[in-house]
Amino acid sequence: MIWNEHAECMDREQLLRLQNERLRNMVSRLYYNVPFYRKKFQEAGINPGDITGIDQLKDLPTTKKQDLRDNYPFGLFAVPQSEIVRLHASSGTTGKPTVGGYTRADLRTWSEVVARSLYAAGVDKNDIVHVSYGYGLFTGGLGIHQGAQKIGATVIPASGGNTKKQIQIMHDFGSTVLACTPSYALYLADTMKEMGMDPSELKLRRGIFGAEPWTEEMRKEIEAKLHLKAMDIYGLTEVMGPGVAMECEHQQGLHIFEDHFIPEIVDPVTLQPVPYGQVGELVFSAVTKEGMPLLRYRTRDLTTMTIEKCTCGRTLARLTKFLGRSDDMLIIRGVNVFPSQIESVLLEMSETEPHYQLIVDRINNLDILEICVEVNEAFFSDEIRQMEGLAKKIKANIESVLGISAKIKLVEPKTIERSEGKAKRVIDRRKLID
Amino acid sequence: MLLKQLSVFLENRPGRITQVTKVLDEIGVNISAFSIADTSDFGILRMIVDNIDAALQALKAQGFSVRTTQVVGLVVPHQPGGMHQALEHVDKAGIEIEYMYAFAYNSKAAVIIKADDTLKLVNVLTESGYHVLQEGELMHE
Ligand SMILES: [Zn+2]
Repeated sequence: MIWNEHAECMDREQLLRLQNERLRNMVSRLYYNVPFYRKKFQEAGINPGDITGIDQLKDLPTTKKQDLRDNYPFGLFAVPQSEIVRLHASSGTTGKPTVGGYTRADLRTWSEVVARSLYAAGVDKNDIVHVSYGYGLFTGGLGIHQGAQKIGATVIPASGGNTKKQIQIMHDFGSTVLACTPSYALYLADTMKEMGMDPSELKLRRGIFGAEPWTEEMRKEIEAKLHLKAMDIYGLTEVMGPGVAMECEHQQGLHIFEDHFIPEIVDPVTLQPVPYGQVGELVFSAVTKEGMPLLRYRTRDLTTMTIEKCTCGRTLARLTKFLGRSDDMLIIRGVNVFPSQIESVLLEMSETEPHYQLIVDRINNLDILEICVEVNEAFFSDEIRQMEGLAKKIKANIESVLGISAKIKLVEPKTIERSEGKAKRVIDRRKLID
Repeated sequence: MLLKQLSVFLENRPGRITQVTKVLDEIGVNISAFSIADTSDFGILRMIVDNIDAALQALKAQGFSVRTTQVVGLVVPHQPGGMHQALEHVDKAGIEIEYMYAFAYNSKAAVIIKADDTLKLVNVLTESGYHVLQEGELMHE
C-alpha cells in the first residue's frame, strides 16, 4: 500500500528538481534566520545564491550533535518562538537533551511521513494501533500517534510501562498493530509468557519497531514470539522523529522520504560522499522543516544506501544495512566493536536469548571485555561440561567476528537489567577511571 | 525405574542456594538428595524432590533456569566393597558415568548416577541384582 504515490513513486529526475528547489529555499532560510548557519556560510565564503542544487551539498557545512548542545535550547530554530507549536527532546545519555521545535506545517509533514510509513507496513484505517512508545518529550509516542490518526486507524495511546495492563488492553481491545522499541516488544513477549498468555490469543499482525538498533535475528525472534510481521522504522528527533525512513512489505531496506529529508552517505572523516552501496555515515538535510531545519546533520549511524527502484514501486532511496551507531562504538584494544555484532553472534547460536551486556574495563592498562549472557532454559544442561562448552563456543564465535578475545560469563535468566524503553547493553568502566 | 532429577542453574552469588531452598520450603516440597557442581562462575544445583512438578513450576516462576533429567538411584549394598562391585558392573557394560552423588536412604547409603545411557545402566544394575530406586519410593519411605 502506498499512501502518497505522487511523492513516493516520483521519477528520480523530477525528485531531483524538487530537492534542488527545496535545498535552495532551505539555504536561504538558514542564512537569513539562523545566526549559527550564517556564520558558517560566511566562514566558508558561501552566499545563499551560490547554491543551485544538491550536488553542492558536499561543500556545505555539516551539523553535529555538539552544535545542538552549544545552541541549547532554541538556538538553531529558524522561526520565532511564536511560530513553534510543539517541542520534543531526546534525553541525552550525557549532557543536555537534544531539542526539536515544530511549526504547524512541520507537524503536518511529520504526520504525512508517518502515514506513509504505516501504509508501507500494510497498516490502514481498519487497524487498531497500540502505541507503546513513550508519550512525552520523546518523539516516538506522539509521532506514531499523529500518523496513525491521519490514516484513520484506531489509536490506543498506551505509552510505555505498566506492561501487564498493556497486554490486557491489547487482548481486550484487539490491537492489530504494535508500535514500540524492539527490546520492549521482547519484554512484552516475556511478560506474556510469564502471565501464561499465548500470543496467538492476540490479534497482532504488524509491529512498527524502531528508536534503537536491532538485528535481523532479533526480528526473527520477535516475529516468532509475538506472531506478527516486524517492520523497521527509522527516525531521530534532530531531523523529525520516527518516519524519516521506513521499510515496505518487501523488507529490502528502509525507504527514505527524500522529498523532505535529503540523505547523504559520507566518509566520517572527510565528510565527502561515498558511492552507493558503500558504508558511511548517514547525513540528513531536513529541507522542508521550518522550526529547526538542520543542514547535513550527522546521524552517527553507519549504513549503506541504494537508489535502485524497489519491487513495491517506490523510487525512494533505501537504507540497506545498519552497521551500528558510531556513538555505541567501543574501541577495545584498538578494535572498533559494535554491540550489534555481538548480538548477531549470540542470536546465530540459537541456544541463547538475546539478553547480554558488555562490560569493558581497563586492568593494568589493558582493555578487558566481559560479555554476560543469560542462559535460557532450552540450553541449560545439568552437565557442567556442556555449560562450559557453550561458554567456549560463544567465546570462539565472538573472537572470530571481532578479532579480540572476551571473557564470557553465563548468568541466570532475567539478571541483566531490562529497561522498558531502551536496553542498556554496555557498561564502560574505563570512563570512570579516566 | 528412573528417577527425575531437578537441576537449577545458579550464578556464584551469595544466597542463591538459599533462594532455591526458600522457594521449595514455601510450597512444602522436601528434598531427598542434592549436590552442587560448580565452576568459578556458575554452579548447577541437582536435587531429588518429592513433588517435582510443583518445584519446577515454583522455581520457574521465580525466574530460575530449571530442567529435569532422568537419573538412576542405586541403593548401595551394606557390605565392604559394595560400591566398588556395583561400579565394576557399570564399567564392564561400557557405560560412562557423567556424574554421581551420594545420599542417605532409610539409614542406608544410596547414590544418584547420571550416565550416558541411563536405561542401559538401570538394566545392568537390576540384572545384577541391585536395588534400583523407583519413582515414588523415596516419598513413601
Ligand atoms: Zn519498497
